[in-house]
Amino acid sequence: MEIPAIVGAGLVVIGAGIGIGRIGGSAMEAIARQPEATGKIQTAMLIAAALIEGIGFAALFAV
Amino acid sequence: MHRKIALKPIALVLFLLSMVSYGKDQHGHEEPNTGKTTEAEVKEYIQHHLKDSYDFNLFSYKTDAGEEKHIGFPLPVILWDNGLKVFSSSRFHHGEAVAEVDGNFYKLHHSKIYRVESPEGEIIEDEHQHPINERPLDFSITKNVVMIFMMFALMLFMFRRMAMGYKLNGRMPRGMGRFLEPIVLYIRDEIAIPNIGEKHYKRYMSYLLTVFFFVWIVNLFGLTPIGMNLTNNIAVTLCLALITYVITTFSGNKNYWKHIFWMPGVPVPMKIILAPIELLGTFIKPFALMIRLYANITAGHVVLMSIIGMVFLLENWLGSSLSFLLAFVLAILELLVAALQAYIFTVLSALYFGMAVEEHDHH
Repeated sequence: MEIPAIVGAGLVVIGAGIGIGRIGGSAMEAIARQPEATGKIQTAMLIAAALIEGIGFAALFAV
Repeated sequence: MHRKIALKPIALVLFLLSMVSYGKDQHGHEEPNTGKTTEAEVKEYIQHHLKDSYDFNLFSYKTDAGEEKHIGFPLPVILWDNGLKVFSSSRFHHGEAVAEVDGNFYKLHHSKIYRVESPEGEIIEDEHQHPINERPLDFSITKNVVMIFMMFALMLFMFRRMAMGYKLNGRMPRGMGRFLEPIVLYIRDEIAIPNIGEKHYKRYMSYLLTVFFFVWIVNLFGLTPIGMNLTNNIAVTLCLALITYVITTFSGNKNYWKHIFWMPGVPVPMKIILAPIELLGTFIKPFALMIRLYANITAGHVVLMSIIGMVFLLENWLGSSLSFLLAFVLAILELLVAALQAYIFTVLSALYFGMAVEEHDHH
């Protein structure tokens, strides 16, 4: 494990964090706007978050 | 009311007292009977926990005399090394001894079996600390394999009971079925039908239900003190993802392949660029499925066990009780993650199947 690799993994984790944060925030706004669609929004949110998370883990394992 | 107020100053004094004990040297504290630091021991314990093993070890402890005791039972080791070799893993004495079978000698090294030349044989390592000893083909019934068998038996029992309940009682679920029916219906109505479509979903229900309950129950068992966890073994998640890949590939219709190799609605040069990317995408999807489940569960276990390990590292009552509390909260979170990962795996599998069978009438 070398320092550039660790820094790179850190950057990816920051990116993934921002991505998941944005998804969560947008989902909150969407739910506030349309509370009746909560179930559908939550499902879509979880799927999108899981896809980003996969990228983050892939980067961590590349280290 | 009076007693509540009186507790506050006492708590403050105790808190301050605990700060005093921080002054003590925490690192480099050596265990009297192993010569290892507590830190190294915790690290070793976590690494051991994440690995598959050849014996079913429930827990180990050291007697006051410094003797190691292991509670558990050995499992069969099956090797193919110029002929089938079957023996009990108790011959390894938990990695301390070399097992002799039909004139061959085997030694455990980092939970893997290597061939050595003699009873006193050592593992020879190259400059990268990779052993150069030969590894025989290994078909052993390890702890993880036992766990898969147990899951198989448990799920068969659960769902047989559920099916019997329907037979005896008409449409009303009984006992086990009462708990399982809403989950089964949820997977059908919220996962399978919206993602795959009314027309084709029935073909995939058996796989979706199996994978959901398997991953969920296995994740939950990983959190019990028995300490056997399947989903943090990448081979297990690889197999699950491979099944999803095979089902997706073999149920792909004309439209699915057309969208991969000759994307409709884009210019020809773009089609040529898109084809290899889309083809790569079909492999990346199950790969991400495998990594996601494996990494989530492994990361959860490492964090949880590190925090439990802090109880022994901090060695003062405040730090230890705080890490115990944190470990408790994290364990609750892990319960959520266990269900969430099973859900995600099922939803994404359903999504991929849906892509494979989708019919595009609008083109």
